[in-house]
Amino acid sequence: MYNKITAHIEDHREELERAWKERLTSDSDARIIDIMPEHIFESTSSEFFDIILLNLKDKDREYKEKLQSFSDKVVRLGWPVALVVKGLREFVHTVQENLVQYGSIDKEREGEYLELLDKWMTPFSNEIIQTYAETWEKTVSLQKMALQELSAPLIPVMEQISVMPLVGTIDTERARLVMENLLDGVVSHRSEVVLIDITGVPVVDTMVAHHIIQAAEAVHLVGAKCMLVGIRPEIAQTIVNLGIDLDKFITTSTMKKGVELALEMTGRKIVELEG
Amino acid sequence: MEIQSCVSILNEWDIVAARQLGRNVAKELGFGTVDQARITTAISELARNIYLYAGEGQLCIDRLNENGKAGLRIIALDKGPGIPDIRKVMEDGFSTSGGLGAGLPGVRRLMDDFNIDSNPGEGTDIRATKWLR
Ligand SMILES: Nc1ncnc2c1ncn2[C@@H]1O[C@H](COP(=O)(O)OP(=O)(O)O)[C@@H](O)[C@H]1O
Ligand SMILES: [Mg+2]
Repeated sequence: MYNKITAHIEDHREELERAWKERLTSDSDARIIDIMPEHIFESTSSEFFDIILLNLKDKDREYKEKLQSFSDKVVRLGWPVALVVKGLREFVHTVQENLVQYGSIDKEREGEYLELLDKWMTPFSNEIIQTYAETWEKTVSLQKMALQELSAPLIPVMEQISVMPLVGTIDTERARLVMENLLDGVVSHRSEVVLIDITGVPVVDTMVAHHIIQAAEAVHLVGAKCMLVGIRPEIAQTIVNLGIDLDKFITTSTMKKGVELALEMTGRKIVELEG
Repeated sequence: MEIQSCVSILNEWDIVAARQLGRNVAKELGFGTVDQARITTAISELARNIYLYAGEGQLCIDRLNENGKAGLRIIALDKGPGIPDIRKVMEDGFSTSGGLGAGLPGVRRLMDDFNIDSNPGEGTDIRATKWLR
């Protein structure tokens, strides 16, 4: 029975693939497919079909590798897992319908065939969904790492002066990094003034303010001064509304003014060369 | 007339999602950049309080239209421990977590209307509205 099915699939491959794709695109879920370019859908679904067939023939290394690279690809393309699941389900229906249509199976044994097809597909479904999930997790954790890398660098811009540009949301983890990098950096660069630039921080709420205040106090303890630069007008307003007191802070609106002030504080200034 | 959208708050990233939702609605309703910043900051405070003190809850945004006046209402709901003394938490500097204690009084100042309904052991319902001028 098993061989009969595989032989039939081999013989009617193109026809099955066409019918399967039609089923895949015909439903209400078509919206999902609409958002991707047609040629990408074409080639990816062909690849998907190949993998299903390969699984049927041999479960060797080639199949495993192909499954892995297919999962990578669908995750990166943003294929929803619902579409992958649907692809598998529709495959069973397409094959069954085709078998009946060609009279390759007797009417009364139809149920048996369907059961066999289902049994054969179940471990494969699990495997492909598992791989999909793993690939997805890997992608998320890589992105997390990438985010952490650009989290809170302390840049020594000149002798005694360092800058920490903060871009993006500050969560607890990043606030910890800000503190760590500030203290390590101030000591190792021998900074006297540190400019924390919050131009790129979208929301300054009491938690962010609290972390910045704590960081400034810690910097003070290791003998340097902290300056807050890049406070946008609307952020200045909300800080006032929140009732947060930044009086202890030296603040400037722009990085340029901040650097000038930092130079002054370290007994230097920028002069234009006569020429 | 009210149209509501909600974000459930379970982790820190949900706070960001709630802020994003609020900012989008505020923009759509025509709030200027300063009010957008006030609204997103208020959402951030309320959503973070849910995350910190209740563990989980919901943050919803209503678009209001009353007598031709448009507005945005933030609703923060949780079934956490509740707030035993509301007057106390509305004082600047009161915090049970070593925070700045400026969140709730801050939200009241950031928004136009503000109301807390909380019963110990049952949860907290905080509503804050900003009207479009
Ligand atoms: N949703 C809530 N459930 C229970 N307690 C809360 C809730 N929100 C705030 N609180 C209490 O109110 C206090 C003050 O909150 P807030 O003004 O935001 O300052 P902070 O968060 O810095 O402590 C908190 O320390 C906490 O004890
Ligand atoms: Mg708070």
